[in-house]
Formats: sequence, C-alpha cells, structure tokens
Amino acid sequence: MADTFTFELVSPERLLISEPVESVVVPGSEGDFQVLAHHAPVLSTLRPGLLDVVLPGGKERRIFVRGGFAEAGPDALTVLAQNAIDSADLNKSALAQEIKNAEEDVSDAKDDETRDKAQGALDGLKLVRDTLGLG
Amino acid sequence: MPSLKDLRNRIASVKATQKITKAMQMVAAAKLRRAQEAAEAARPYAERMDKVLANLGERVNAQEGASPLLVGTGSDKVHLLVVATAERGLCGGFNSNIARLARTHAKKLLDQGKMVKILCVGRKGRDALRRDMSSNIIDLIDMKAVKKLGFEDADKIGTRVLEMLDNGEFDVCTLFFSEFQSILTQEPTALQLIPVNLPEASESETEQGSQAGYEYEPDEDEILADLLPRNISTQIYRGLLENAASEQGARMTAMDNATRNAGDMIDDLTLLYNRSRQAQITKELIEIVSGAEAL
Repeated sequence: MADTFTFELVSPERLLISEPVESVVVPGSEGDFQVLAHHAPVLSTLRPGLLDVVLPGGKERRIFVRGGFAEAGPDALTVLAQNAIDSADLNKSALAQEIKNAEEDVSDAKDDETRDKAQGALDGLKLVRDTLGLG
Repeated sequence: MPSLKDLRNRIASVKATQKITKAMQMVAAAKLRRAQEAAEAARPYAERMDKVLANLGERVNAQEGASPLLVGTGSDKVHLLVVATAERGLCGGFNSNIARLARTHAKKLLDQGKMVKILCVGRKGRDALRRDMSSNIIDLIDMKAVKKLGFEDADKIGTRVLEMLDNGEFDVCTLFFSEFQSILTQEPTALQLIPVNLPEASESETEQGSQAGYEYEPDEDEILADLLPRNISTQIYRGLLENAASEQGARMTAMDNATRNAGDMIDDLTLLYNRSRQAQITKELIEIVSGAEAL
C-alpha cells in the first residue's frame, strides 16, 4: 500500500476535508500536478477544475474547486479554495452559468495578461464540464 | 397617587414587556451559538491565509510598482471607512460603540485635512452617522436580506472596495467592526485593509519555511497579486462574522438586563399596589367605624 499524507480542503466558511489520502491531482494555474506522499514543498495558485482525490484503499473522490491556492509539503497538502463542491453535487445549470461568466470575463479583459488568466479559467471550466459529461 | 386600576394596568404592561425581552434574550442566545460556530469554522482558512501571506511578504520586498494593496497608492489623502454594524437595534451599546469609534477616527482625519468617505454595511451604522457625517457617507450596503452570512456576501463588499481602489477613489481603507471577546465584552476595532498590514511570521514558522524552501508556481509576485485581493474579502468576512457574534452577545446581555429590570419594576409596583389596596381598606373601615360611633 502506498504511503498516505494528510489532505486538507478549506473553504472560507469551514474546514471541509481533513483526512489521510494516497494521492491528489491538483489543477494548478500553470498546469495540473499530482501530489503523492513526500512531495517537495510547492505553493501554487489554482484554476477552476477538479481535485482528483484517491483515498486509501483506492476509492476515488472528485471535488470541484474554484479560486484559491494549494500548499504541498512532504506530509500534508492544504488546498484553500474559495468554492468547493463535491462533483456529485455539481449541477449542470450552475456550471453553465459559471462558463457564461468566464466567457464574459474573457471578452471583457482589457489587456493580454487578464485575458490569458480569464481564458485559463474558462478552459478549466470547460474541461470540468466535458470530464463530468454535464454538457 | 395612582389609582389601583392604574397600578394594575402598569403591572400588566411591564409583565408583557418582560415576556418579550425574555424571549429576545433566548433567541439571541441560540443565534449567538450559531454565530460563534460559524466564526470558529472560518478560522482555519484565515489562519492558513495569514501564514502564507506572512511567508510571502518576507520574500517579496515592497519594491516600486508593487500592488497598491501592499504598499498603498503613494498618498493618504482620501480615506475610506467601511463601517460594519447590525441591521437591528435593541442590542445595548453595540451599534453606537462602533459608530463612535468610526466617528472619532473620521473627525481626526478631517482635522488633518484629509478626505473621508464612509461606506456603511448595515443600516444602524448609517442611522448613527447620518446626523453629523451625512455628506461623507457614500453608500449603504444593506444586509437585511442576508439570513445566513456567507463568504459571497463578504466577497461582494470586497469586490466593491477593490473596484473603488482601481478607480482611484481612495488611498487608505479601514474596516470598523466589533471584535467578539466574550458574551459580556465586545471590543470595537479598526482594522486597516489597504495597504495591508502583513502578519508577521512567527520565529519558528520562518525557520520552517526557509528550511522547507518552497517552490512557487507561478512566482511569488504573481501569487501575492492573486492572494492580496482574496485576503481583503477574507478579512471582511472575518469582521462580519465577529460582528454577528458580537451583536448577538450584546443583545443577549442587554435583554438579560432588561428582563431583570422589568422584574424589579414588577416587584416595586406590586408592593405599591398591595400597600395602596391595604390603605384603602383601612380607610373604608375607619369610615364605617367612625360613622357607627357618631350615631
């Protein structure tokens, strides 16, 4: 059995998850990365996307997160997300609304940098939609 | 000397008031518990945010061109005061304490020749400040519709403040709220939001941080630029939660006092009522007896 580490998911309102896990795939703003136990310390911002959590015993859990950052260390991963919803509870219309907002952000962007950022967020949301088949 | 009927009416009316204050106290106690739980639950996020910001703040020096959130706009002419109060009264000195702190602060700034803009969150603060500062109040954010305080509510205020900063409408932003210390004491507090006071990293954490040698993705500056606006909303959210708990605590204490006071009044009035009744009976007896003797 693979080593486990502590995974904490925190939203502004409360601590959502704090439990040992085997691995987590984090949607970083510069690209997805997988965190296993004994990971080198990294601090990364997030783009909207899915956290793929593998619990000890191989059970998987998917959580949609939006906005925030992740802090990985050798024995712990902490994700601070502005929004976090279990993918099972994610509904189609809410996601469609998010995508619409993101599209508006892209077209409203005044300079290249903000447009890049907004585009990244939009791509992340679309990827979520396609992965979960909520199109 | 009030008549017996008047006294009876007054006792009944004080009793009715006591019932209301008693009920309000119990409602406030229940709400206080929930508000405290909410404040408790929000703590991990704020703490981690503080920790990361402290770590980052040390690495990123306040160089020129850094975010105005960190170093300010370069002047301190225009001050924005965000005054967070309750939507309802009947909670002792809660609202007026916050308003008084904000007013003193504003007066001080005005004396120094600065410009002051006030953004009220919650109706009671505006009511209190309207009398002598109405020209400084720019807007009121109504929280009446908010049943359960969520992060979105704080985020709306945060976004608003950031928009105003982008438009160059102010230089320094301070949040006024009441810090919850215990049910009996709530401390009105002023917290400077912009430019931000970065929390100091404690000794042990700094050591850990440097040993761990974090890798930043993207680089520190960008992460900091992403985090600082988020931190504004987080701070406002924390302030609002503290406020909610303080409000209920203050109301509970105020209503407890009112209930006890009503009890004292009922005792006094009942004593007076009984005495007057007794006096009247004695008077009637004397009249009868002296009438009989006269015959």
